[in-house]
Amino acid sequence: MAARLMREGQLVLPLALFFACFVFAPLSLLGYVSLHTDVSLQQMGFAQYAKFLTDRFNLGVLGSTLWLGLEVTLITLLVGYPLAYLHSIAPPKWQKVLILMIVLPLLTSSVVRTFAWLVILGRQGIVNETLLALGLIEIPARLLYTQNAVVIALVQIELPLMVLPIVTALAAIDPNLSQASRSLGAGSWRTFFQVIVPLSAPGVLAGCLLVYASSVSAFVTQTLVGGGQQMFMPFYIYQQAIQANNYPFAAAIAMILLFSVLTLVTVINLLARRTRALSHT
Amino acid sequence: MRGESARSRLERWSFGTVAGLLAGFAILLLIAPTVIVIAVSFTSGLSLRFPPPGFSLRWYEALLTASPDLWRAARFSLEVAASATVISTVLAVSAALAIARRRDLWARFLDSIFMSPLMLPTLALGLSLLVLFNLMGSGVSKLTLIVGHVAITAPYILRTTSASLAQLDPVLLESAKSLGAGHGFAFRTVTLPLILPGVAAGAFIAFMMSFDNVAISLFLSDARSEVLPIRLWNIIESNLDVRAAAVSGVLIAVTAALVLLMERIVGVSRHVR
Repeated sequence: MAARLMREGQLVLPLALFFACFVFAPLSLLGYVSLHTDVSLQQMGFAQYAKFLTDRFNLGVLGSTLWLGLEVTLITLLVGYPLAYLHSIAPPKWQKVLILMIVLPLLTSSVVRTFAWLVILGRQGIVNETLLALGLIEIPARLLYTQNAVVIALVQIELPLMVLPIVTALAAIDPNLSQASRSLGAGSWRTFFQVIVPLSAPGVLAGCLLVYASSVSAFVTQTLVGGGQQMFMPFYIYQQAIQANNYPFAAAIAMILLFSVLTLVTVINLLARRTRALSHT
Repeated sequence: MRGESARSRLERWSFGTVAGLLAGFAILLLIAPTVIVIAVSFTSGLSLRFPPPGFSLRWYEALLTASPDLWRAARFSLEVAASATVISTVLAVSAALAIARRRDLWARFLDSIFMSPLMLPTLALGLSLLVLFNLMGSGVSKLTLIVGHVAITAPYILRTTSASLAQLDPVLLESAKSLGAGHGFAFRTVTLPLILPGVAAGAFIAFMMSFDNVAISLFLSDARSEVLPIRLWNIIESNLDVRAAAVSGVLIAVTAALVLLMERIVGVSRHVR
């Protein structure tokens, strides 16, 4: 027994040390840097946090970032769930095709997928050209560099992260259950909302978690599709650190973003534990 | 048996229509951008107009003949992604062997720690590593960049390897041992062959994620060595050069080919769930 524990300790130690040195040490260091009032790191204090949390512009950036995450999560759930459901009822051959259609974009460079939206929503993009051709508008509309554009692009980019956990959850549901529900007289809608959806809740929560965490920190899409007018937390961190060289403030912004995401992750994990407990009773 | 009532038929029809439309929209959303980028990359024009005014291979030619910057960035990205994947695979697979089948609190705790980079804002991690390396006085280099990429790719390999280990029948290992096989021998002849597809799928996903990473590379690469996604990002942000479409076309084609190949060999799609 002791020998086994020793062996396992040796196996897990390298990764544990790596994480201690290159994930937790730097993040703690970042917290320490954020607690300095001056750029030369002489004075300690909460000045950076006070500066962030008392300024309307800063709070606006935080608010729009968290709101962006929420919007993207809800829309991906709305279109992603039906896709996962379609996968669960499709014949095996089509299931394979559908999964590849979901996985392929996931592994395609996110810069490339963001670039696609610049082509679609640009002044000479397909949307503007269509609207012009139909005579609905006379000059190209400004579609890019708006919050909505960022939302649409992110929905497309994060969609696979939502669909895959739901696919897994749906695959684990006994098909006899919806049969039973129907033969007891429940219609399609009722069966769906009262049998299928509750049983797939763990997958839905996992998907929401991944999509939210990923979309609030989606630097590339936020900067390219959002442009200069739309400021979100990741770009703000980058700008303060690299362009303004204000490391304490950048660190404080990063800690605030980190804390917001971790709070949400904790809440959803607690929810997930409760739904799991419910589905076991 | 009686026929369906009008109400249940209406209900089935309305459910099918709504679910079908939403799922169809999702499929369109997944595919359309890729198709549009590929179409634009063959444009004969100077802008990203869609539909293109005519078709030509001029932007792919420009990639071959007039883009040393992109080739250099691509080579650097490949080196970083390959090194990070190798290190990450060794670390994550051995960790998975220790903790995947354990229910103890410490094993679950370590597992959630190792998976945390998937949830953390990667930009914050990038910035924190930059602060660390500056403080240590090492500055940023290819090595520090690889370190950052190992941190964000390890979770993918840990997840697929753990899942393969969870499906491994413990009876197989026990019978190997009762037949006199030592730990090393049983590992090489029983465990490793059975988890290899999971490890390979994880390593493949890790490689692609590293190759695509911007948030970490933004902080940890010096001015001379740019990774491909950042080069591409700069091109797109500064002047929307149509070469960006040609690079995208190449990346889409290579990704699709690799995914299909890996699907054949190890069944990647089974491991991403």
